Amino acid sequence: MSMVEFRDVTKSFGALPVLKGINLKIDSGEVVVVVGPSGSGKSTMLRCINALEKITSGELVVDGLSVKGKPADIHRIRLEAGMVFQQFNLFPQMTALENVMFGPREVRDASVAEARTLALELLDKVGLADRANHYPSELSGGQQQRVAIARALAIRPKLMLFDEPTSALDPELRHEVLKVMQDLAQEGMTMIVVTHEIGFARHVGTRLVFMDQGVIAEDGKPAELIDNPPTPRLQDFLKHVA
Amino acid sequence: MDFDWSVVISALPDLLQGARLTVFIAALGLLGGFIVGFIAGVCRAYGPPVLNVLAQVYIELIRGTPIVVQVMFVYFALPMLANVRIDGLTAAVFAITINSGAYLAEVVRGAFLSIPKGLTEAGLAMGLPMPRVLLKIIGPLAFRRLIPPLGNQCIVSLKDTSLFIVIGVGELTRKGQEIIAGNFRAVEIWSAVAIFYLVMTGCMTVVLRLIEKRMRIL
Ligand SMILES: Nc1ncnc2c1ncn2[C@@H]1O[C@H](COP(=O)(O)OP(=O)(O)O)[C@@H](O)[C@H]1O
Ligand SMILES: [Mg+2]
Repeated sequence: MSMVEFRDVTKSFGALPVLKGINLKIDSGEVVVVVGPSGSGKSTMLRCINALEKITSGELVVDGLSVKGKPADIHRIRLEAGMVFQQFNLFPQMTALENVMFGPREVRDASVAEARTLALELLDKVGLADRANHYPSELSGGQQQRVAIARALAIRPKLMLFDEPTSALDPELRHEVLKVMQDLAQEGMTMIVVTHEIGFARHVGTRLVFMDQGVIAEDGKPAELIDNPPTPRLQDFLKHVA
Repeated sequence: MDFDWSVVISALPDLLQGARLTVFIAALGLLGGFIVGFIAGVCRAYGPPVLNVLAQVYIELIRGTPIVVQVMFVYFALPMLANVRIDGLTAAVFAITINSGAYLAEVVRGAFLSIPKGLTEAGLAMGLPMPRVLLKIIGPLAFRRLIPPLGNQCIVSLKDTSLFIVIGVGELTRKGQEIIAGNFRAVEIWSAVAIFYLVMTGCMTVVLRLIEKRMRIL
């Protein structure tokens, strides 16, 4: 059974069609990198997976559950899919540790001690054990994003969604976040990553999806698509992000 | 002109009694106002259309009319319409409740909506239902932003209680007026009354500053 399956999914905001018939099947363990021009619908596609956006038509199944299902199904989908945002979105009133403990406490019925152990373990994994008691405002962007990744992992998801996780970061801080993501990929996490980092796509991605104007224009092996872009559109796009 | 400040001393017990009533009306009314304002504000920010419109009508109705008219309506008109007896004190507390509630509703709405949407999404994406997101994530942040305007409303409402002189509630201003009717010492007594208000609002300002200092506005 596939982890995520889009079947003729469309999504419109009012009269504006944003996704125009998406078909995409993602299996467990894949690292799918999604690229495409700004406004092509990458974020919207990602946000449909955990039902932050409601699809307009078609079917979208995540780990056997339809995003059009009952609230209980949506809840289960959200427990299976962790999300990392471009703007980190850490809770500013909580320390790094409290941010990571929050999910297990709220949605996984973890005790304080369990949540704490798990959170410290995850902060260590993203290289921030020594920043556990810092507030987000006391952390650099790269550190905040790594805490955000730890926070998403803390609910034990089967699937991780990344929406331009390094776009808000200074270039010299990007690699520390990309490194954490690469480690995660190597552990076998299923990942869907919207990014402009072509290097990450080539070296970590198992699959590259090129979105253009609300449709999937290309879908294939990263190295092949990057080295020999089959269409002028993709050629053009790659020239712009390189 | 000669002033006799000793009249203030003999008026003190009465003024204190008035001040106590003023604080009582303001405190109880503001407590009610905060509850009403919180509910109306959350309805405005997140409620379904029906509740949203209801809250909007309430807010506009109150903000568009003077508080003196509101308390007169509660005290004189409501008993005729609803066939209930309302004493002056109840009418005064009720007037502060509905009046401050309307202003606080807009403040609450603004505070909630000022919290970046991404935080709500982060909470939802983790699997928290919306009420839980509001309670655990957005509420505590909004509350911090609420403190300064909340303090402001406390001061406004405390002073607004002086308008209840029109329904004869024995609060501070009314007491001052009664004392002057007996001794004609307008300068001394109105000065004393003003100082009483200044002390009360001054205390509120200090408390507000302390709370603000303790709670970082994030
Ligand atoms: N909540 C929304 N309401 C209306 N339009 C939206 C909304 N979210 C996104 N859009 C529009 O949908 C299109 C695709 O947006 P998005 O999925 O964010 O693209 P990308 O992530 O590829 O840059 C854009 O034209 C954007 O303006
Ligand atoms: Mg986007």
